[in-house]
Amino acid sequence: MIARLRAGPASRRAIPLAILLAAFVFAPFFVNDYLLTVLILILYFAYAGQAWNIMMGFAGQLSLGHALYVGLGSYVAATLFTHFGIGPWLGLLVAIPIAAACGAVIGYLAFRFGVAGVYFAILTIAFAEFARIGFDHLDYVNASSGLFLPVKQYAHNDLWLLRGDPTMFYYVILAATVFAFVLCRQLLHSRIGYFWLAIREDEPAARAAGINTFRYKMYAVMVSAAVTSFAGVFYAFFYNNLFPEQVFSISRSIEIILGPIIGGIGTLFGPILGAFVLTGLAETLNAVMGAFGLDLPGAKQVFYGVCLLLVVLALPDGVWPPLARRLGLSEGKQ
Amino acid sequence: MSVLLSVEAVSKGFRGLLAVDRVSFAVPQGAIFAIIGPNGAGKTTLFNIIAGATAANGGTITFAGAPIGGLPPDAVCRRGIARTFQIVRPFPALSVEDNVTVGALLNRREVGAARAHAQDLLRRLDLFDKRHRLASTLTLPDRKRLEVARALATGPQLLLLDEVMAGLRPTETDRMVAILRTLNRETGLTILLIEHVMRAVMALASRVLVLDHGVAIAEGAPESVVRDPAVVQSYLGAEAV
Repeated sequence: MIARLRAGPASRRAIPLAILLAAFVFAPFFVNDYLLTVLILILYFAYAGQAWNIMMGFAGQLSLGHALYVGLGSYVAATLFTHFGIGPWLGLLVAIPIAAACGAVIGYLAFRFGVAGVYFAILTIAFAEFARIGFDHLDYVNASSGLFLPVKQYAHNDLWLLRGDPTMFYYVILAATVFAFVLCRQLLHSRIGYFWLAIREDEPAARAAGINTFRYKMYAVMVSAAVTSFAGVFYAFFYNNLFPEQVFSISRSIEIILGPIIGGIGTLFGPILGAFVLTGLAETLNAVMGAFGLDLPGAKQVFYGVCLLLVVLALPDGVWPPLARRLGLSEGKQ
Repeated sequence: MSVLLSVEAVSKGFRGLLAVDRVSFAVPQGAIFAIIGPNGAGKTTLFNIIAGATAANGGTITFAGAPIGGLPPDAVCRRGIARTFQIVRPFPALSVEDNVTVGALLNRREVGAARAHAQDLLRRLDLFDKRHRLASTLTLPDRKRLEVARALATGPQLLLLDEVMAGLRPTETDRMVAILRTLNRETGLTILLIEHVMRAVMALASRVLVLDHGVAIAEGAPESVVRDPAVVQSYLGAEAV
């Protein structure tokens, strides 16, 4: 037992991680519908934040337009479902290459022509805005009047068609979040992960060490876009309605990135912790305000802003790194 | 001895100012070749041209029998030329070991194998005990050695060192000289270095090229070059004689 405790942070992390996972797995048995919805939202942002983190946290490429990949995932899967009756998992197989291809186009334009830093971020916003305006006028997907997925009463949960009760959606997004976590961990500890970190840290030095930085930045954008697209598929089938003004909106992109920023950019637990802190606290605030009969539109946004401000001032590396050090669970590589 | 790197009539101008003016030299396989000269002589520009970081206006560069002029820096590195930077550029938020592992992964698929190779190099460069520290916490001499380790990890035939001795104390300089000599002797590594610290140049180099205002004014064995009147005049100063 002592030997195992001494075996270093890797195995010391395994125990709390197992407890955390168990808590998530059994949570639906103990929470009410409202809390379950909040948990779904938390996991959704943990998943999308993890996907964004591949690009920014690992490879150092700031995307402020990740709503583009969410929106593409949503629209591709929803369109295939409503027009052709093709289920979301097959839709995902179509959405992934489309999102990755869009990421590749943006990446190619930026990296080939030396668009970097804030200019790259602006380019990602621009493409998300193109998509928003484009879809707003695309009659095939009902343009601005929105695309609706048929909602019927199902006798039982249909995992294949993602039709069912919130508990099913909860387990789907939980599995996806676990998958994203494991994927990111594997990537970070592989050759590609080292090259990404090198590019993030110092691109000219990475090139001098023989890394084809163009290629590896392209990989980062494409992987991040592909992983993000599932968040869109999930979103479409969970909410059953899509409006270009909503899914492609820049505020959606911002929502995705706040979690990892608050939690800790470039860390594996940061996106999860950040989603918890932000969504959890924002919902608590909603509940408290509701209890007091207050109706203040925008209070959530103000709260987000204040949270971000506090973290930036007090914990510039995010919440997770100092917390991990305190718990003796440092991830080592970051 | 066969020629590993051959630079022929290479020039580079910055808006009319010729930083490098038709410089030619050849670095034999297995040599330690030094480029010296006053500040602004064009040494780092010449280095950046060889490493692919700056495009030359004219001339040819041949490495191991193939032209490398115009290749981007990562391709130059993959051909077998690794470099350090005059102003060190370690990956600050990565550990010392991870810094070198990045270099070692260039020719290795497995992270474990790359890490093992990185540890070997860290032992050689006296950084093994500091391998878990973040690169940003190292002192300047340690960072300089880290840059050398990372460059070596890419498995180069030719190592370009841009003033790795600058800012080192004499004992640290001697240690670096010893490390480089051992590497050169044991692995046959060819080294091309830019250096101001004459103590290191005299101890290391088998051949020296002197640049002044972008022009090669002397080349030869270190003992003869330091007695060359033109070199004394432009660079070393009368008191050096």
